[in-house]
Amino acid sequence: MVDFLAQYLGSVWLAGTLWALVQVVLVLTVVMISVAFFTWLERKESARIQDRLGPTRVGGRFGWLQPVADGLKLLMKEDLIPAAADRVLFRAAPYVSFCAAFTVFVALPVASGWVALRLDAGVFFVLAVAGLEVLGVVLAGYASGSKWSLFGAMREAAQVVSYEVPLALSAVVPVMVAGSIDPVTIGDLQAGGFWNWLVFHDPFTFAAFFVYFTCAVASVNRAPFDLPEAESELVAGFMTEYSGFRWRVFFMAEYASMLAVSFLLVFLFLGAWHGPLPLVAGVYAVLGIPAGHPLAIFVAQLAGAGVFLVKGYLGVATMIWLRWTLPRLRIDQVMTMCLKYCLPLSAAMFLGAAVWLYAFPAGVTSRLLGPGAAATEAAGSPPAVAGRTALAEGER
Amino acid sequence: MALEGASTDVRRAPSPEVPLGAEVRNETIAGPQANAGQAGGLEADRPTAPLATQGKPLEVAEFDVRTDEILVNMGPQHPSTHGVLRLVLRTDGEVVLEVTPHIGYLHRCAEKIGENVTARQWIPYTDRMDYLAGMNMNLGFALAVEKLLQIEVPEKGRHLRVLIAELNRIASHLVAAGTYGLDLGSFTPFMYCFRERERILDLFELVCGARLTYSYITVGGVTADLPPGWLQKCESFLDQFEPVIDELHVLLTSQAVFIRRTAGIGILPAETAIQYGCSGPVLRGSGVNWDLRRDGEPIYTRMYEGYRWEVIAQTDGRYPQDHPYPPVPKGAVLGDSWHRFYVRMLEVVQSVGLVRQAIEKYSRARGPVGEPIKQSQKLPKAEAYLETEAPKGQMGFLVVGDGTPVPRRCRARSSSFCNLSVLSELCRGCLVADVPAILGSLDIVLGEVDR
Repeated sequence: MVDFLAQYLGSVWLAGTLWALVQVVLVLTVVMISVAFFTWLERKESARIQDRLGPTRVGGRFGWLQPVADGLKLLMKEDLIPAAADRVLFRAAPYVSFCAAFTVFVALPVASGWVALRLDAGVFFVLAVAGLEVLGVVLAGYASGSKWSLFGAMREAAQVVSYEVPLALSAVVPVMVAGSIDPVTIGDLQAGGFWNWLVFHDPFTFAAFFVYFTCAVASVNRAPFDLPEAESELVAGFMTEYSGFRWRVFFMAEYASMLAVSFLLVFLFLGAWHGPLPLVAGVYAVLGIPAGHPLAIFVAQLAGAGVFLVKGYLGVATMIWLRWTLPRLRIDQVMTMCLKYCLPLSAAMFLGAAVWLYAFPAGVTSRLLGPGAAATEAAGSPPAVAGRTALAEGER
Repeated sequence: MALEGASTDVRRAPSPEVPLGAEVRNETIAGPQANAGQAGGLEADRPTAPLATQGKPLEVAEFDVRTDEILVNMGPQHPSTHGVLRLVLRTDGEVVLEVTPHIGYLHRCAEKIGENVTARQWIPYTDRMDYLAGMNMNLGFALAVEKLLQIEVPEKGRHLRVLIAELNRIASHLVAAGTYGLDLGSFTPFMYCFRERERILDLFELVCGARLTYSYITVGGVTADLPPGWLQKCESFLDQFEPVIDELHVLLTSQAVFIRRTAGIGILPAETAIQYGCSGPVLRGSGVNWDLRRDGEPIYTRMYEGYRWEVIAQTDGRYPQDHPYPPVPKGAVLGDSWHRFYVRMLEVVQSVGLVRQAIEKYSRARGPVGEPIKQSQKLPKAEAYLETEAPKGQMGFLVVGDGTPVPRRCRARSSSFCNLSVLSELCRGCLVADVPAILGSLDIVLGEVDR
């Protein structure tokens, strides 16, 4: 695309900048709209759980415009900076969190080939940049000049940094199975049907899926791990002194990182942009449409992006569901959970998956059915098995 | 038992907070420390070991890195201090070394006002003490004045009072359970509890027109008899309410995270509870079998004559077994936050039973429900003190008459005040997150603490 633009603009540099801007605007728009949708979803879902109606007036019967109204209200509010605050850091903190939470999406493809920036080490990039969000929170807690904020920052530092370890370790399990750290490759490997999703690859990835989800909830500070902003204990934790738009920025960062870990979950375990059944490929086969045609590829990508978003949103909806059901854990219990359960468990899953890959390099079915079955399967199917066989051979 | 040996000037009567309760309870609790509260030597009798480490050793002991201590003000504007309570926490990181409650933000001079209005005119002020159980407050004061006047409400009126008071006990315990969930970070049970409480408030609205400050039960009876059709509405409420209690047990009592947050936290041994003058579910949660509805003065216990019920307290390691609710989980120690919560939940079931019996007895009873006294009714030159079992604990009212309709002295002994006083004892060495968990389990209402 950059080359195409350069033909008209006459400068590769200009074309690259333009194209980058387009991509950033696209990614920001998708994520911002998702965040607005989640604020609405959170209200509606919690209302359903709590036997209420939630917003019903703003923007028609279902309160669709509630996020807009919320945003406008927050824009109108006074931006207070406490006298005891470190003014520079206090102002900077929300944007650190915001940037960290939103940068993640640059490397996350929404469909096969649809990615703003294809990185070989995409999964690593996502985990690393998402981990930066804690910096903003700690800054906010320190700069607010409030003791409650400081408590929140201390908890954030202890909790989120600890949970990064099992989170990354359980994310490495599917990465190892797929043999690639590039999200696009991992996504393509899981084509076919839900039985090809990495969560169902072996018992260890299945267990790693739950460990990952637990750690993901903890690392984005959602209940029952929402200790840094525990309302009943710390007033609002690190957000105590924030108001108006700066508060909103933190808020958006929180929802964006929920979406980010949810997207990563979908990538690593739940078949990325592939639906539970290969419907698009099936339709193409029935109608005789050549799958290699550019338009056919585009339609498949569009469908894939839809599937991907829906799966990511379902992950966020599950987090919302958890939040409105469970009480909050205590800080020592949160740390116990991380260090005594999640960390050893994710390490064990990592080891187990490695052993499994060694024992069944071409998958369980091939080992059980004999070498003939493996050959037919590798020929007729999906790149997933073929890829893994190739990987196993490469290892040897 | 009112103020024996007190100074002659009744206006300077010593605060009956601790001694009065301890005096009564000595009969039932034998033990070397049972008299401690009476001596007023709370400091001297305080156990040397921090209470938090009694029973099960807490995980707190793992925090061995000491940092600078900081003082934090929890409140008076804080989401989980249940009103305008201010707690000064001295913390070392997440560990709370000391909690000092500061009260008085809601002080409205209710007792002084009582010296300037007639007895019946003070009834609305009692509403505003424990505003979550206005009916029980009304009942306590009305009975105290009735004791002074030596009048008694007819049988039908007594059943009506039981009916109303127990219904309000359910409402109060629902708020306690809901806000306790909120203190622990669980928002949903709060909505369920308040939904049911709204239904009770609807019933009260039909009875007296008010939803929070009723002034319904008054000296000599009630302001008006029940409206027609009310009993059916009440019964249908109870029918739909009973299954909801199960939901609350799923979301709270037997919920794994809830148990981890409450079991073994804030253990209040029975002796300490008695020393501090704790009462109500806080006392019974420590395993003391004491309920003024059974053990109180005749003018009060006569109301509950003929009712089938059992005091909810763990005796010999078990609770009264007439309920289908989850058993005591592993890790729960008698006297901890979980038991205090559990006692309240069982009392809700018990009150449902009492309300059903009261409906039946009220419908069968004949005659009037009682006539409120006149505003100009003179009070005799005497004094009367009566404690009743309000939802939060023992609510005592002292009324001193001097021959005029206006009492010479009105005094309220607040259960929340005494229950709150044990907080600093319970919170020593706990984590910051445990402070709301313990405070919520004490179920205080600041309107009653400060009066």
